Amino acid sequence: MKNNNIKKSKLSNFKNKLDFWATNSEEGGWNVSSTDEGSQKMLENENEKQIKIQTGTEVVDDFVIEEETSDDERMIVNMGPQHPSTHGVLRLQAELEGEVVRRVKPIIGYLHTGMEKTGEELNYFQGPTNTTRMDYLSPLFNELVFSLTTEKLIGIEVPKRAETIRILMTELNRVSSHLVALATGGMDIGALSMMIFGFRERELILDFFEKTTGLRMNHNFIRPGGVAADLPDGWQKDVEEILKIIPEKLQDYDDMLLDNPIWKGRLQNVGILTTEECFAYGITGPSLRASGYTWDLRKSQPYSGIENYDFDIPVLKEGDVFARWRVKVLEIFESLKIIEQAMNNMPKGPYKVQDKKITPPPRKRLDESMEALIHHFKIYTEGFKVPEGDAYVAVESPRGELGCYIVSDGSSKPYRMHVRGPSFCNLQALPVIMTDSPIADAVAAIASLDPVIGDVDR
Amino acid sequence: MYTPDNIFTTTIDKAVRWSRTQSMWPVTFGLACCAIEMMAAGSAKYDLARYGMEVFRASPRQADLMIVAGRVSQKMAPVLRQVYDQMADPKWVIAMGACSSTGGMFNNYALVQGVDHIVPVDIYVPGCPPGPQSLMHGILTLHEKIMDGEINR
Repeated sequence: MKNNNIKKSKLSNFKNKLDFWATNSEEGGWNVSSTDEGSQKMLENENEKQIKIQTGTEVVDDFVIEEETSDDERMIVNMGPQHPSTHGVLRLQAELEGEVVRRVKPIIGYLHTGMEKTGEELNYFQGPTNTTRMDYLSPLFNELVFSLTTEKLIGIEVPKRAETIRILMTELNRVSSHLVALATGGMDIGALSMMIFGFRERELILDFFEKTTGLRMNHNFIRPGGVAADLPDGWQKDVEEILKIIPEKLQDYDDMLLDNPIWKGRLQNVGILTTEECFAYGITGPSLRASGYTWDLRKSQPYSGIENYDFDIPVLKEGDVFARWRVKVLEIFESLKIIEQAMNNMPKGPYKVQDKKITPPPRKRLDESMEALIHHFKIYTEGFKVPEGDAYVAVESPRGELGCYIVSDGSSKPYRMHVRGPSFCNLQALPVIMTDSPIADAVAAIASLDPVIGDVDR
Repeated sequence: MYTPDNIFTTTIDKAVRWSRTQSMWPVTFGLACCAIEMMAAGSAKYDLARYGMEVFRASPRQADLMIVAGRVSQKMAPVLRQVYDQMADPKWVIAMGACSSTGGMFNNYALVQGVDHIVPVDIYVPGCPPGPQSLMHGILTLHEKIMDGEINR
């Protein structure tokens, strides 16, 4: 009987609290559940006992809500969307207790561009223009995965030279993307020299991209049926220069950071992700490999003949921010190996599939042949038809598994195009990493996951 | 009248314009692809520090220029306007890239079709994304505009 009274008083206490909030909003006070930017309220805290009651592992005769520590000690802080170190327009709602993050809620959608919808309005020939703008740090991978999916639907094989050019360009892109990840990661933590270094080396690769594709970013170079253009004259010299300079510079980074006590103290044992957590949240790419699991789609589901190249998969066990940084550096070395092999074994021959239904005739032929002109016009206006069906292809982008799923209804435009963005899945691990860690480590954790918001929101 | 060699005369008007151009601090407003090119413009090879602009301020209160670098979604638009309102006068806006100038290739439900629907734009920089050279050309054009245009803002 006595016990019951205590329970009742607790319950009424809780009710009073609810009344307080209700009256407050009725009087025109600040209402947490509705503002012009949507709900500002975090998800209700479910304590362990409540979960046990709900799942039936603990049986109680009366439903009692345990009182928690006072809410006065907690503070909700918004980071972003306009914040220098959230890698784009990510917004984080963090509940702080002193300096420690107790809960965090990433809010996305500030860069939603409706690209999957736009993809339904563009034909397969124009598709890469759209997909290349999704993950803007690795545009060539986006084009590659769209082209591979389209080719799977049609059932064509691209020439050997096109495949090798694709491998060469994408691996160069992996290097440039990782360099930006290292640069911005360094900047977030305060290693400003790293920022300058990373962007300096990236320019080398971008210059080669500009020479080959005509643009520094968003190339639209890899298209269904091959690549848009052949490699420019003297490309070997440029690639050789990249292969010579990048390892030297990476050595500089290691000299600066690898044995640097400040860098190590800041990053080691911070933001740990275990292998099980990676599986639970579907994390792929360098973050998974830094948690001690060997998984790389280049080995497990090879594409574009990458199984013929000799390279290793760097794997580390620690799973902390330092390991994620280290894996990226080591991956650059492996990518350089692939680039060297692709350069030395570049086959001769056409760089587009020799199928007149898919490849438009070369510009020179338009002056000579009426049929060629008609053909050119048809492909550029209507595009080519793709048989009915659906296909999913995944490639290993610098951030993880980048997949593309296309449903075709037999017309020249996709009925539905969906992209599995690695950044989107990796970002879900942010609450796991950040919970119960100091707010200063949160910045390091975001940087180590290397999310590209263009890929998250699309 | 005697004037010493180490003194030169000017008008207040010119002095104000000159000082506005020579240390124009941008607010960090990177949104998408263009933000990467904006960062590239600020880094070693292109070096925006030559124009006294290397200090990208995280706080809009300390900034004079907003470079809207990237596509502006409907969800981001109120945030953008708020950051613009928080900037102290005089302030300028550069719309960098096709998306922020006109909506670019994305004519759909999600994007604001040009940032000039929300904030007044001084300079439009074309390109998708514009290279660092294009951005620098835009900035120099803005400098010319400040030197020649209205002083009251």
